Amino acid sequence: MTNSELQVLVSSWMDDLEFIDEGVQYLTVTVPKENLRDLMFKLRDDSEAAFDYMFSLTAVDWGKNRGMVYHLESTKYRHIIVVHVNTEDETLDTISDIYPTAILNEREAYDLMGIKFTGHPDLRRLFLQDDWVGHPLRKDYVDEANMIVK
Amino acid sequence: MTTTEIDNKTGLVTQEYKINMGPQHPAAHGVLRLVLTLDGEIIEKVDPDLGYIHRGIEKMTERDTYKQIVHLTDRLDYLSSHINNEAVCLAVENALEIEVPDRVKVIRTIIAELTRLASHQLWWGVMGMDIGALTTFMYAFRDRELINDIMEETCGTRLTMNYNKPGGLMFDIHPNFQKRVKEFIKHFKVSLPEYNTLLSGNVIFKKRLQGIGYMSKEDAIAYGVSGPSARGSNISCDVRKIHPYSAYDRVDFNEILMEGGDSYDRYMVRMKEMEESMKIIEQLVDNIPEGDFETKTAAVLKLPKGEYYQKVESARGEFGVFIVSDGKKSPYRMKFRSPGFANLSILDKISRGHKIADLVAIMSSLDFVIPDIDR
Repeated sequence: MTNSELQVLVSSWMDDLEFIDEGVQYLTVTVPKENLRDLMFKLRDDSEAAFDYMFSLTAVDWGKNRGMVYHLESTKYRHIIVVHVNTEDETLDTISDIYPTAILNEREAYDLMGIKFTGHPDLRRLFLQDDWVGHPLRKDYVDEANMIVK
Repeated sequence: MTTTEIDNKTGLVTQEYKINMGPQHPAAHGVLRLVLTLDGEIIEKVDPDLGYIHRGIEKMTERDTYKQIVHLTDRLDYLSSHINNEAVCLAVENALEIEVPDRVKVIRTIIAELTRLASHQLWWGVMGMDIGALTTFMYAFRDRELINDIMEETCGTRLTMNYNKPGGLMFDIHPNFQKRVKEFIKHFKVSLPEYNTLLSGNVIFKKRLQGIGYMSKEDAIAYGVSGPSARGSNISCDVRKIHPYSAYDRVDFNEILMEGGDSYDRYMVRMKEMEESMKIIEQLVDNIPEGDFETKTAAVLKLPKGEYYQKVESARGEFGVFIVSDGKKSPYRMKFRSPGFANLSILDKISRGHKIADLVAIMSSLDFVIPDIDR
């Protein structure tokens, strides 16, 4: 399916979606955090979309808020979609039951960016020690001993 | 099984218990700690504890320029170092619309395939060793040495090559390069069948792998497994075929697929992939186009505001680079999608119900490189 066909299909499911046109490589859509799980279920289960393979999850600190960027691909049709979701209060719904690859990836995002995923089965730090203070990938993180700032 | 059970007749107390495998376990090939929950010798749960070699490379990228970042990436999966470098270079070149000369594309592809061969050779040697066949290690290192010598001569280093830069290569190939690559191919065409005679058909080896660590097609896709591990479960996922980059669109090779989904099938995929890699090198090594080995670029590159993603096929699977740029000389956020991390996430699922010794075989068949997982 081409990007424009995909855009028509995805926007027919719900109203609050916002497509990003500039500076993106793939079809990119921003979804309100309340609708994240609905959209993910649709993307996975719709027979024409069939996005079964989530190949990348990235937590990004945008400055004014934080969020996740999900990259999805269909192993059947080989089309790709990118989903953005942002949060003001550092909580997001988990999608680890929809895409199990998110179980470890959401733990990483919690560890390094401090996003709390409600409904995650086992949300603990992954790389850092349990008593580590702060979340290093945040832009406002300061560690004078271990970080070289240029 | 509940936590504690008392046998009424004998009065013996049995309970599930936890043991640590690693972080310094020889079969982990690095510092990976697995917390195993056991019922006797049967595995009930595998909980990976990561971070023993976490260097914060993603944070370091936010202070470095794009040309500097290339050199961080071969510290991720050090056995696919050239392929990782290539991914960053391709992402930057695509973002800036830099067209690299044909010569660069072909040389990159040859070196990438040599890297893949060296990685698979090391994996094969170590896999035999994990199962208990120590001879394989000697065979594999004998042959891998030849590739390391080629790398040393052309790239200057044997393991972390740093041969790529955005816009091309660091320097041209050594005059001996083609001759030595052809010598290596001639040699390896004889020794690869030896590998199969020595290990692949061995009854003990087969019994240790067949039916162990079964991964269904649906699970593998859902957990994001890629590379040879996924192709053992009959998933067509070779990035070189699906989203061709560099010179892969002009070579003829097969994507190896197996249907069983167990450890032995994952093993066989890699064995057959080595033949395909040799096929690719043979097609290219005599046809390296004349021309420049680089396109001149500015000393400090600035990517336009936006998001860029580049995926490549490393020796372990799909390696991805995701760049969020705000127009400055360093990326705003850079994420490395490492194949090992996704492949690790399915370990718990496929090793439940097996014995501890089988876990070693499963880990070998998934081919982990820990710095790639920890980043």
